[in-house]
Amino acid sequence: MRLLKKGTTLDFMGKRKLALVFSGAMLLVALGAILARGLHLGIDFTGGTLIEVAYAQDADIPAVRQVLEKGGFTGASVQQFGTPRDVLIRLPQLEEGKSKKISDDVFALLSKAVDGKVELRRVEFVGPQVGDELTEDGALAVLVALMAILIYVALRFEWRFALGSVIALVHDVIITVGLFALLQIEFDLPVLAAVLAVIGYSLNDTIVVYDRIRENFRKLRKGSPEEVINISLNQTLSRTLMTSFTTVLVLIALFFLGGEIIHGFAFALLVGVIVGTYSSIYVASTAALMLGVSKADLMPVQKEGVVNNMP
Amino acid sequence: MNRYPLWKNLLVVFVLLVGFLYALPNIFSQDPVVEITGTRGATVSKSLQADIEDALKQAGLQPKRVEMEADRLRVRFEKAEDQLRAQDVIARKLPANYTHALTLSPDLPGWLQAIGGKPMNLGLDLRGGIHVLIDVDMDAALQKSMELQVVSMRTFLREKKLRYVTVKADGMTVKVRFKDAATRDKAMEAAAEEFRSMNFSAQDDGRSFYFVAAVSEAEQTAIRKQALAQNITTLRNRVNALGVAEPIIQQQGQRRIVVELPGVQDPGKVKDLLSATATLEYRLVAGDPAQAAEAERTGRVPPGTRLYHERNGAPILLKRQLIVTGDQMVSASSGVDQQSGSSAVFVNLDSKGARRMRNVTTENVGKPMAVVFKEKRTVGRDENGKEIKKWVEEVINVATIREPFGRRFQTTGLDSIEEAHQLALLLKAGALAAPIDIVEERTIGPSLGQDNIDQGFTSVVVGMALVVLFMVLYYKGFGMVADLALLLNLVLIVALLSILQATLTLPGIAGIVLTVGMAVDANVLIFERIREEIAVGSTPQASIHAGYAKAFSTIMDANITTLIAAAVLFAIGSGPVRGFAVTLAIGIVTSMFTAIVGTRSVINLIYGGKRVSKLSI
Repeated sequence: MRLLKKGTTLDFMGKRKLALVFSGAMLLVALGAILARGLHLGIDFTGGTLIEVAYAQDADIPAVRQVLEKGGFTGASVQQFGTPRDVLIRLPQLEEGKSKKISDDVFALLSKAVDGKVELRRVEFVGPQVGDELTEDGALAVLVALMAILIYVALRFEWRFALGSVIALVHDVIITVGLFALLQIEFDLPVLAAVLAVIGYSLNDTIVVYDRIRENFRKLRKGSPEEVINISLNQTLSRTLMTSFTTVLVLIALFFLGGEIIHGFAFALLVGVIVGTYSSIYVASTAALMLGVSKADLMPVQKEGVVNNMP
Repeated sequence: MNRYPLWKNLLVVFVLLVGFLYALPNIFSQDPVVEITGTRGATVSKSLQADIEDALKQAGLQPKRVEMEADRLRVRFEKAEDQLRAQDVIARKLPANYTHALTLSPDLPGWLQAIGGKPMNLGLDLRGGIHVLIDVDMDAALQKSMELQVVSMRTFLREKKLRYVTVKADGMTVKVRFKDAATRDKAMEAAAEEFRSMNFSAQDDGRSFYFVAAVSEAEQTAIRKQALAQNITTLRNRVNALGVAEPIIQQQGQRRIVVELPGVQDPGKVKDLLSATATLEYRLVAGDPAQAAEAERTGRVPPGTRLYHERNGAPILLKRQLIVTGDQMVSASSGVDQQSGSSAVFVNLDSKGARRMRNVTTENVGKPMAVVFKEKRTVGRDENGKEIKKWVEEVINVATIREPFGRRFQTTGLDSIEEAHQLALLLKAGALAAPIDIVEERTIGPSLGQDNIDQGFTSVVVGMALVVLFMVLYYKGFGMVADLALLLNLVLIVALLSILQATLTLPGIAGIVLTVGMAVDANVLIFERIREEIAVGSTPQASIHAGYAKAFSTIMDANITTLIAAAVLFAIGSGPVRGFAVTLAIGIVTSMFTAIVGTRSVINLIYGGKRVSKLSI
């Protein structure tokens, strides 16, 4: 079986202006959403308390709300979570000292209201200081990952490729995060981890394409950079699509079967993998081309050490 | 062509064998177990084992097996109800310096245990339990150490007969005031000799003469470290009293402590116990009740004294100087006072505290001594509704010293036996060197943990089935080989996680799912190359060879960059995110082995050294 006809000759680079406009538009929407609507940050970053409870019967959400309000917990958000019996309660950051006991108080209150026919499933409490730290660490993690990758690719390939791959990664990260802002899906710690995994994945894709571009620059005696890149993209196209497809397959399984907690995580990866596949074809290669990559830059300067360890 | 040397085939077989062996413990069922460990140097012994076995037999309980390991005794049961009943029996039988905890442990055959086989370590999000992150108030620790510095400076100057006016703590310095420069200079010289870690300087303001002794940066760092270490010890003691199996108490960063308690059901109780701060102080009484009433009325207390209140509200003047505090108590138990019948705490002091207590009581026979119960409590709210926490200090007991005493004594005056019990527990665990605050909590109920395992397992299986099916459709024979590699990859991941005892979390399972998707990537790269080679007219054998060779450096580059991302995740992330990074990294490494070396050895076995006209790809 084959996804594509043998020996495709699609003119990817010829459409680069169109791709540029498309990417530009997506980036604008993503950035606009992030700036205008902001991210719906989870309590990992904002601080606050989250309580998940499971009732013996289907939960009566308005009743839960009423019980909480009577108990003095105003500003609580109550929503169904996964099954009709599960309820998720979010409480905003409260004054220091009070908040660490709040989950116990809330559960005691709910339990009393239904004669103990409710089970505590999960409590997450994050103090304001910790939330700030996680936000800082998260942003730092993304930056450090990008820097480390920039250095590795620059060493293994060439600075134009390094820059091109980082441009593609920033593109993927902004669009993925932007979609979370646009749809107001909660952005929590696992989602951040997913964004970092997207960086890893998208890079994986980009490297495979670059690897082939380098090989073809060295092998093919003639042809403009544009043509060489086009040939390389066509040669790697079925692999790029195949790998994305298998990854998307498992992510769909994770998204639908992995449970409510892992939802955002799986969604971020799904979006990231799809955007990453697109960007490794259109953004990373286009960037390298526009930065003026040429045959002269890629002729071997030294012997490569890795090739000798072939299996 | 395309034949692996024997050693390479053997390597593949060996790795897989080891992989299967170490993944094996994960499929054994778990026994309910009561685990017994010694504290404070006590070790489990044969005689203890015999005692426990006897006690269980008398209670009509038949353990499945009793195992002795280096530092612990495991009593296995068939049923969870037996385990619970046995817990009561064991609790009554067990000497005070042993603790017991309920846990689950797989019933592995001896040979598997002998090679160190263990099941994967499940994270709290999978097994249920409580995770709390505790912040230690370092400013308070420093302040407290400054109070001690002031006391020792005062004592030193008094002993050396150097007349000072006042000794005060001022930030991280001790400021001592003198009447004249000559005494100041003499005192400063002597003190500098004694307190070598402090930096001394002289200061005058025309009328008074001071010397200022500053605590060095290095010393402050040492104080902070000490406070953190002592808090960890104290928290560990308190957690041990809870009887939780496999608790984790460890430092995180400069001023944080992580406490993880698997399987605990009541987060409220745990948090109360962890952050409780009650302690006792012993002080001499100064002046009579009339003076105390006078002091309360005017707000002026005689020098060297402080005004306290008894539990009934009556004012009482106590000397500022402490005799001993809860820090110096090495053990404590609660009980009932034989004479009065009221609840009491029986206390044992350490040698330094005992010496001091003996000295003070010898000098003060016939005089009254007071016991102060100190507890940090919420006393109200300020105008912003913020809780105000204060040390509440109550005099629970005033008694006349009838005769000198030292190491062991008892204190009465507590309201109830529960209060005495709680206080004894806290005294035994040791006081917290500095106040703590819980800054993060994550509790996972047991049912959610099981759900997470089930859902994680289902998504791995379904995701994998989809990929396996697709690979066979797309690459036929070669696809089957890749699928075999994929299954073996999963076994290797489980084996490595078990060997490393890395913690498997829900995001960790997601990491496995993701590696399943990405693990086939290496094979896709290789197979696409082989197809390309065939397309340009190479022979099947040459195509296989070239396919593997050309894809290799691409696979390396692609995987190393993903490893970089995983490493960054691991370094910067916490808890669950780390779990994801670990499985992702392990998955990348194992998939490179199975996808490159593993598939090649199978392909070589199928096609190698034969005349082949067509490949099934």
